Amino acid sequence: MSKLRFRIDRRYLPVVVTVGLFVGTYVIAALKYPGLGTPQVFFNLLIDNAFLIISAIGMTFVILSGGIDLSVASVIALTTVVSAALVEKWNVSPFLAIPLVLLMGTALGAFQGSVIQFFKVPPFIATLAGMFFARGMCFVISINTIPITHPVYKAISLFQLHLPGNGFISLNVVIALIVLGVAIYLAHATPFGRTVYAIGGNEQSALLMGLPVARTKVLIYTLNGFCSALAGVVYSFYVLSGHGLYANGFELDIIASVVMGGTLLSGGSGYILGTLFGVLIQGLIQVIIIFDGTLNSWWTKIVVGLLTLFFILMQKVLTARRRPQPADSETNQATRFDGSKSVSVNGLHR
Amino acid sequence: MDRHNAGWRSLMNSPLSGAGLALLLIMAFNLFFTPGFFDIRIQDNQLRGSLIDILVRGAPLMLMALGMTLVIATGGVDLSVGPVAAITGAVAAALIGGQLNVTQMPLSLVLLIALLIAILCGIWNGVLVAYIGIQPIVATLILMVAGRGIAQLITQGQILTIYYPPYHFLGAGYWFLPFSMYLVIAIFILISLFVRRTALGLFIEAIGVSASASYYSGINEKNIKLLVYGLCGLCAGIAGILISANIRSADANNAGLWYELDAILAVVIGGTALSGGRFSLVGSLLGALIIQSLTTTIYRFGVPPEVTLVVKAGVVFTVSLLQAPGFRKLKLGRSVAPKGVAQ
Repeated sequence: MSKLRFRIDRRYLPVVVTVGLFVGTYVIAALKYPGLGTPQVFFNLLIDNAFLIISAIGMTFVILSGGIDLSVASVIALTTVVSAALVEKWNVSPFLAIPLVLLMGTALGAFQGSVIQFFKVPPFIATLAGMFFARGMCFVISINTIPITHPVYKAISLFQLHLPGNGFISLNVVIALIVLGVAIYLAHATPFGRTVYAIGGNEQSALLMGLPVARTKVLIYTLNGFCSALAGVVYSFYVLSGHGLYANGFELDIIASVVMGGTLLSGGSGYILGTLFGVLIQGLIQVIIIFDGTLNSWWTKIVVGLLTLFFILMQKVLTARRRPQPADSETNQATRFDGSKSVSVNGLHR
Repeated sequence: MDRHNAGWRSLMNSPLSGAGLALLLIMAFNLFFTPGFFDIRIQDNQLRGSLIDILVRGAPLMLMALGMTLVIATGGVDLSVGPVAAITGAVAAALIGGQLNVTQMPLSLVLLIALLIAILCGIWNGVLVAYIGIQPIVATLILMVAGRGIAQLITQGQILTIYYPPYHFLGAGYWFLPFSMYLVIAIFILISLFVRRTALGLFIEAIGVSASASYYSGINEKNIKLLVYGLCGLCAGIAGILISANIRSADANNAGLWYELDAILAVVIGGTALSGGRFSLVGSLLGALIIQSLTTTIYRFGVPPEVTLVVKAGVVFTVSLLQAPGFRKLKLGRSVAPKGVAQ
């Protein structure tokens, strides 16, 4: 009995470390820079990163299933461009434009998922094509930035939800928190979530157990497409414009956030809540650099790289103890990212 | 079975045929729709023209694709080649210094140090992958994220301009043909000899098929992975020097931006499977040429360069679909699934 409890504890450990690291860094930074301790700075952290939180949550599902999606940041940019073009150039009502762009992102995700599942194209390549396509389409629609001046967008952008303690959050944060709640429910309390974990653990076994692997895999990428589009909508509220270079390179920040949140990139292990803190840690590093004023922005990248390394090494130590054959798990992971199955490799020397 | 038919089928199934066909298609398109595309003239004893342009501009990508081929053949991937190129260019620019026509230290020493750092970056990736056992995509993601930061640290966030003409020669110089072409050919021959005249190529393919099986048959898979990642770093470093020499400056943010994806793409177009195993260096060179000809062709039409991405997406999609086991099964009506896909 005690053994079982210990194992559960260890599974939570990466998340606990992430949360601990975030809280610890925040407290130390707040002691050094008193301004950072005010509630509004924390709320701003949420406001500035709301779109990243939404996108990273979608990515968590993909990574939990052992896949990868490189197209997310491009879909965010495409969403901002399409919604700006619809609302400003073609005078479509925002109440129609927003569902339309959400549908577009979802369809794009569903398409990528189908290609990955039914044609066995490696996720890395299929979503790379999606990334090129979405980024390119932005510039086909418009080379220049399209400002959004529609009153509905302005009203949403200026909306502030006042909280006790003299702080406020934007509607974007509310959306992000709702997505977080729904995602936690989906991942941990539905058959869909359990299938995602099962696929990430071992796709072949999931298939043999009779789980709906094909349907779930397509659904995962569809869900991620929806999340990217929603993140794009939120981002267009945040910046009130659309441009093809928005969120350039963010796919890697998003993947790094998921890893820092304690999700194993080989799939099958991780928590949605960890991803939230993975994003917040990246945001916090940027805030600290701004508060400090003497550090340069490139330190963000270096620190994020080092933190990613730290978390991967930590996971390595944790999983190495659970699975005593390191060579085995390595082969397992090396073949995983291109979507091929590794059961035969495992069977070889067991 | 008709022998001729079987030969045709094996030709169509050869990884090189797809890439060769795609390159031919692009060239045929240009023959009809781009006037003057095939014009080559001698100007100041230098060969000039669109075709030569493709070779010059494609040189860094070809070099990266060569290194990437070996990494992918071991079943890995290197996402950090772009940032490594940026670091190398930044180091070289910082060592040369910003004075007009002089360099702080001899050019050979500058290149040696810059390339050593590039190899070091590659070995860092190799250690993470081979000895710590991190999956390649994540291990190299670390340097991809941190690498641009490191490059900015070296350049102090500025674009360092290089005013030393001999360095420019590396990227834009001519000995009748562009210098970078000689460089690419020399490195291609060296790597080909290295992997095909020694057992190394066989070992790399063995590791790509099954790392554990190679280990049990006595191949030191860890050291070979280390070597391959180091080599990939070196190739990325040389590409970085070409890029910085060509634009006469080191730009930490934009040098080699997205080259990692293009390099992977070139390798995949060239017929090397992402799951590892059999590889083709010629195929990767062809793949890089396809990407560059596509870009140059689109530029000639005066379309905004960003739109290239849509065309590229189409190419990636078509090529990956043609190579995908799921699609091949449909087409040939029988399973030609490569290793590892148990179905």
